[in-house]
Amino acid sequence: MGDLIDDLLAGKHRALARAITKIENRSPGYRDLVSDLYQHTGDADVIGITGSPGAGKSTLVDKLAKTYRDEGLTVGVIAIDPSSPFTGGSVLGDRIRMASVSGDMDVFFRSMSARGSLGGLSTATADAVKALDAFGKDKVIVETVGAGQNEIDIVKTADTVAVLVPPGSGDDVQMLKAGILEIGDVFVVNKADLPGSDRTVMELREMIDTRNDYTQTAEHHDADAASEAAAVEAMARETDDEGWTPQVVETVAEDGTGVEGLIETLANHATYLEESGKGEERARQRYAEEIRTLLREDVNQLVAGELRSRGGIDEYVERVLDRETDPYAVADELVAPIEDCVEAERDG
Amino acid sequence: MSADADQRTIRCLVAKVGLDGHDRGAHVIARAFRDAGFEVIYSGLHRSPDEVVQAAVQEDVDVLGISILSGAHNTLVPKILEGLDEYDALDDTLVVVGGIIPEDDRPELKEAGVGGIFGPGASMEEAVEFVRENAPQRD
Repeated sequence: MGDLIDDLLAGKHRALARAITKIENRSPGYRDLVSDLYQHTGDADVIGITGSPGAGKSTLVDKLAKTYRDEGLTVGVIAIDPSSPFTGGSVLGDRIRMASVSGDMDVFFRSMSARGSLGGLSTATADAVKALDAFGKDKVIVETVGAGQNEIDIVKTADTVAVLVPPGSGDDVQMLKAGILEIGDVFVVNKADLPGSDRTVMELREMIDTRNDYTQTAEHHDADAASEAAAVEAMARETDDEGWTPQVVETVAEDGTGVEGLIETLANHATYLEESGKGEERARQRYAEEIRTLLREDVNQLVAGELRSRGGIDEYVERVLDRETDPYAVADELVAPIEDCVEAERDG
Repeated sequence: MSADADQRTIRCLVAKVGLDGHDRGAHVIARAFRDAGFEVIYSGLHRSPDEVVQAAVQEDVDVLGISILSGAHNTLVPKILEGLDEYDALDDTLVVVGGIIPEDDRPELKEAGVGGIFGPGASMEEAVEFVRENAPQRD
């Protein structure tokens, strides 16, 4: 284990790859591994890319990586693809799009499957990001699966979130309003050479402006102390990004048009995070969430172990069926000894 | 934490190398592997040996399947094997080759480190079974 970490920190690609595998498989010892990596993290800018399937995420990631490489920066990419709910198998195809940086070892590209059970996707991804960070990558890009709740999860991992919106998706934009407006720091209208892109850009700007109007109106009311209700409503509407207005950028990832502009916007957001102290606040939230998640996982394991040692859940289920006991009583019975131990520890 | 939390899955890279543009076979095998519950990374067409090595190392695959129908296997396959060795990845990667490989060329490829060779007529079940049995056991 120590060797693996030494090799990783020494810049050996094989060790980094192996570390990510351990993390992904939740192999024995992966916790110590991540634990040891932690002190070497915190230097990479983590960028999340999300958006509907076919929006051009992989192609854009390729161009972003290429542009960063031209600036002399090193890049790590984690691309997540869905897995079959039936066989657990998957075809991870994002790598095919990485044409411009293919053969460049300083772009570490790793495909991950959304195995989507134990531990959850977000934990494994976040830990893999740490491995890339500790390895010394300047930029880490996380590309999510096409759709679903993982898009929200990405906020927990990334410093800056870019949401790709294909042009001409008027109805989609309507649909996206609720969740995605709140997580996007940057909106990228990719395939901007297609008809309908102007309209999509306009609609996105309108939505962002509308949100800001609410905020401003409320601030005005607040100043007059006129309407407390409006102020409360505005507070609720305010997202994490107070002081940062989400930007809309147009790109054509296929030929690289607009990628420079996107890079600049991403850099602006990184600067904003730094200067406003918002970056630290996000990190704080992230760590709190991480601790909570780990606690949940560990306590789950503890209880699962206890259940196993008492012969598994089936017997309890039988007894509930026969109305000899009930689920609440079973839970109490199982948790009580653990509770006693914890209390004894605390008092002692 | 405990062993049962281990979510180990066999990871494969299906690679097309060189100028050969026939990827029907690679697609079929990628699908078969997926349906067998493996995680399959497909390289896309016309990869250079270096690119295949890069992908195999970064993705940390258990199995590298190289599909070659062009007849250039005696040049391309050893290059890939050498590349893997450079990254200390040769020993615990199972390399299999699929495509048109004449009987005469096989001993030499196997000597160089190829674990299995599947020509026309080999069944999917055979390939899947071979991978299951021979995928390297890692700690």
